Amino acid sequence: MYVPDFEYHAPETVAEACAILAELGDRATVLAGGTDVLHKMKVGKLAPEHLVSLKHLDELREIREEPGRVVIGALTSHNQIYTSQLLQRRYLSLPMAAHTMASNQICNLGTVGGNIVNGVPSADLPPILIALDASIRLVSAKGERTMPLEDFFWGSAQTRMEPGEILTEISIPDQQTTGSTYLKFGLRRSGALAVAAAAVSVRVSGDTLHGVRIVLASAAPTVLRVAEAERSLIGRRIDDELLAQASRPRDSIRGSADYRRNLVAVLTKRALKKAIDEGHA
Amino acid sequence: MAQAITDKDGVKRYLITLNVNGDVHTVLVKGNAILTNVLRDQLDLTGTKKGCELGDCGSCTVLLDGKPVDSCLVLAVEADGRRITTIEGVAENGRLDAIQQSMINHAAVQCGYCTPGMVLSAKALLTRNPHPSEQEVREAISGNLCRCTGYVHIVEAVLATAQGRVTPDDH
Repeated sequence: MYVPDFEYHAPETVAEACAILAELGDRATVLAGGTDVLHKMKVGKLAPEHLVSLKHLDELREIREEPGRVVIGALTSHNQIYTSQLLQRRYLSLPMAAHTMASNQICNLGTVGGNIVNGVPSADLPPILIALDASIRLVSAKGERTMPLEDFFWGSAQTRMEPGEILTEISIPDQQTTGSTYLKFGLRRSGALAVAAAAVSVRVSGDTLHGVRIVLASAAPTVLRVAEAERSLIGRRIDDELLAQASRPRDSIRGSADYRRNLVAVLTKRALKKAIDEGHA
Repeated sequence: MAQAITDKDGVKRYLITLNVNGDVHTVLVKGNAILTNVLRDQLDLTGTKKGCELGDCGSCTVLLDGKPVDSCLVLAVEADGRRITTIEGVAENGRLDAIQQSMINHAAVQCGYCTPGMVLSAKALLTRNPHPSEQEVREAISGNLCRCTGYVHIVEAVLATAQGRVTPDDH
């Protein structure tokens, strides 16, 4: 399979990458792990004049603890997240989500940044990151900005990324949540895209649910936070009646809306139970 | 960044260095050259197979700095300066690796097309986890599709290797 020709750039610093992107505008595409960009170029969905590789930006490949937050570099691969002892200790739900993502070969290439900026509703990392209240840092030649990851998506493959911007890091704030989890239903157990998935985080004390975030993936054209369901659960005693809230499921090749509506109800209920019972798992 | 060389027709190529199976090769590649093709066509290492070419089937699996990746989704320029192991680098001094011998012993090879990638995924697993469970073996090879064997003999072959139950070929 043929990859259309392009001009290749491999900047040594984030600033240099930003300068190249500022000059080239929408004639350039950023290359990180390549599992999506090269796939799209092979099937004819993408033919950029310029490809700007981030491979030299090693500072974007680390996971570190800072006062008040955990920072994940955007070039961190799925397997780096899966095997990170820091993340396993703090938020095990995130390594587990990274592990369900795809085959080992893809998890060694694909990056968390790519998983986010693609904006596809079946991506595995955005839901659990939103449940953990993550924010992202976007850098361009004009400066930088941060925003809650939740605000980044607004439609299928539609994000608030501006031309010339690079996603550099994801930040998870220290929090009072007591548990979180990501549950996914795919057509195979391994490496399949989600037909539907639910990520939740909870703050439990005693037998009361004091805080909850519920995020559904593949259920709508974009990752969907179900605020209505959250409001109806907060402050309630935890019992078998914690119910999944109806969402706005979409039809797609992997499942009809009706099928998804059933799935998200079951997944949300199971995810809540797991996060409440098992913590960040 | 790799040195760029433009020929008289205006085609730009990059001089890259690949450490493949311990041998350092300097090759001239276009920016859009895919690693699988460079290994096969420029280095004659045709053990790496081309299947779906979209990162689904795993027949093009190689180890990049020791980790299995689909070489069909890697630009050769991106692999500049990195260490690559292909199936040709698994046997040492003409002796098959225990995994290869075990796959023969267990009749885990039928058409053989998935085998190079399967062996490399298994090799990477046993390097990082010498005593995997059956579930871990199945997970590790889940990115390598085999349409012949039904996987049972492959999984048995990998487990036998991990448990030191590989007898030399007596043919």
